[in-house]
Amino acid sequence: MPKMNMLQAINNALDIAMAEDDKVLCFGEDVGVFGGVFRATSHLQEKYGRDRCFNTPLVEQGIIGFANGLAAQGSVPVAEIQFADYIFPAFDQIVNETAKFRYRSGDLFNVGGLTIRTPYGGGISGGLYHSQSPEAYFAHTPGLKIAVPRNPYQAKGLLLAAIRDPDPVIFFEPKRLYRASVGEVPEEDYQLPIGEAEVTKEGSDITLLGWGAQMEVIDRAVELAEKAGISCEVIDLRTILPWDEDTVVESVLKTGRLVITHEAPRTGGFAGEIAATVQERCFLYLESPIERVTGLDTPFPLTLEKEYLPDHLKIFEAIKASMAY
Amino acid sequence: MTTTHDVYSPSFMTGDEFHIPTFRLLQQDGTLHEGAAAPDLDQQKALKIYQAMLITRVLDERMMAAQRQGRLSFYMQCTGEEAAVIGATAALDDADMIMAQYREQGALVYRGFSYDEFMNQLFGNELDYGKGRQMPIHYGSRKLHYMTISSPLATQIPQATGYAYGQKLAGEGHCTITFFGEGAASEGDFHAALNMASVHKVPVIFFCRNNGYAISTPASEQFAADGIAPRAFGYRMHVIRVDGNDVLAVYQATQEARRMAVEQNQPVLIEAMTYRLAAHSSSDDPSGYRSRKEEEAWREKDPLLRMQRWLYDLGWWSEEEEKSWQESLRREVLETMKRAEKRPPPPLESLVTDVYADVTPALQRQLDALKTHIRKHPDAYPKGAQSLDPDVKAAGSELPSGDEQGGA
Repeated sequence: MPKMNMLQAINNALDIAMAEDDKVLCFGEDVGVFGGVFRATSHLQEKYGRDRCFNTPLVEQGIIGFANGLAAQGSVPVAEIQFADYIFPAFDQIVNETAKFRYRSGDLFNVGGLTIRTPYGGGISGGLYHSQSPEAYFAHTPGLKIAVPRNPYQAKGLLLAAIRDPDPVIFFEPKRLYRASVGEVPEEDYQLPIGEAEVTKEGSDITLLGWGAQMEVIDRAVELAEKAGISCEVIDLRTILPWDEDTVVESVLKTGRLVITHEAPRTGGFAGEIAATVQERCFLYLESPIERVTGLDTPFPLTLEKEYLPDHLKIFEAIKASMAY
Repeated sequence: MTTTHDVYSPSFMTGDEFHIPTFRLLQQDGTLHEGAAAPDLDQQKALKIYQAMLITRVLDERMMAAQRQGRLSFYMQCTGEEAAVIGATAALDDADMIMAQYREQGALVYRGFSYDEFMNQLFGNELDYGKGRQMPIHYGSRKLHYMTISSPLATQIPQATGYAYGQKLAGEGHCTITFFGEGAASEGDFHAALNMASVHKVPVIFFCRNNGYAISTPASEQFAADGIAPRAFGYRMHVIRVDGNDVLAVYQATQEARRMAVEQNQPVLIEAMTYRLAAHSSSDDPSGYRSRKEEEAWREKDPLLRMQRWLYDLGWWSEEEEKSWQESLRREVLETMKRAEKRPPPPLESLVTDVYADVTPALQRQLDALKTHIRKHPDAYPKGAQSLDPDVKAAGSELPSGDEQGGA
């Protein structure tokens, strides 16, 4: 099986989707001949022509408005927003249009064909505006689906599923892992399910939950914890919306302890939503308070990025605190 | 890329160097302007256009009256802008896409949306295509190629660019028209849409109804330029300004625009100069921001009267026909209204369907919990209780008794 980094896996998924269906179009800022600032769309214009893979003017609200119209028409747009930090001019198109298209028309029209790809997250010295993790804003919007891959294999399978999903999907790509994460990825077409979490490691003492780039951080914390004799169960949520409550609840009913981690600020972060649901469904089984290991309630910093980030040591301390409660 | 030559002292321009004319064919007395020729429009099509204008006018009058009687929560009239909307729609192929703002019911009338279809939406009953989810006037029709209305302003404009790009790739010779007001043209989405359409050579017609007001804000406080039309220059887009109360001019301008869009993949901006004769909506009272005198001056330019006189002169329409149409229209509108308001609401399940293609487990749990709650307190939720148990008429679901409530 060939090895790919996450960008190659994403590029491969787009290639498969475009080869299979003429209606699949890839566009965004610098997406055309240049192949995107991260090269996720490399060679797609060469292969499929300028009509199907192209640069757009620098206008995020236009990109998503255009993509909504295309999807309503029956095309399958894969729109790129160059950085998730710059998705906000398109917020109205996503929240008021994409998310509500099917509902408001009584299913006369829908934009289910739409996938929005966007790199998110810190750890690349990107400062305030190249580091944010805005998933929670969108998680508050019924009608959207939100997926986040943790490695190249996941990226390819989830992206292909997102493109073919009957609902619009925002696909947050952990840009810190674009080249850093390398793994075996089958050449052929495959899909991973949207809406299902994955237990990546079984354990009995405590459940650790995250998504995207945090999964790698969790794995490092788990190494420390297991050395200290703590048996950890690890779950990759994979889909933020709709999220897989049952898999998480089942695990917490078993372990009685939960640590949730994300890079985004704590207040209003998606960990809060998960914690609320878990306490509703697991109240009598909880051995300790649910811990959240998150970014600070500040804008994303630059020089002190390492201090800000919810790293493996912070997660390890949360695990110990939970165990010792 | 710019095409330019050099100058060696500072030289500023304002755009006032350009003068954009207004295209007109028909005078208010129903005769053509000197030198103007009527577009190629046979009697059958001319009457279809006029009857759609008349139906729209009568529907609007009746429904606004119904709103005033408390039978309807909200309404918006097209009054004064019928020629702009219907003239443009008539110039299209019936399978071209229409992405409207919210004041374009005339387009649906022209394409054959039935009174029942209008009423079912207005009353949000079980037959409403939108399943009672949106406020009145948010119509949509897949079979008539009319995108469901969305309240946020201008969002439909870049969507029209995208839709039309898809039509271009499909290669079936269709285009999209999008309607919006001069106020919505201030939104960022407008600029994004026109720029992208020009850059990507998209078969889309941007139809601006410059009706003078965005709710209460006059056009003079909306933009400093000479209307909306000059903006096309910034995108190197074809543009025409047309008398929006002149149905023949609107028809011909849109016909030419469609040809450019479909045959040459050229987007076109049309600015129709018109006037919103009615209030912004049933919640608005224009007496606070504009004068009777101003309104009266525009009432003199009524687009219906103008076309009616033209049709009379040609002998294609008569006062008798006008009278009998008006009467039967009023009757039909009232009858369909009574039918629609008696129909039950959409079922409770419609709260959670169509959020996604399939109802998610979490949503199903929320619906089940809601049903349990409603069964405990059925009187507090008459519509929901009725749908849970349709045979039991829930308290509080008494319907208005009809036009004897005062049909004036």
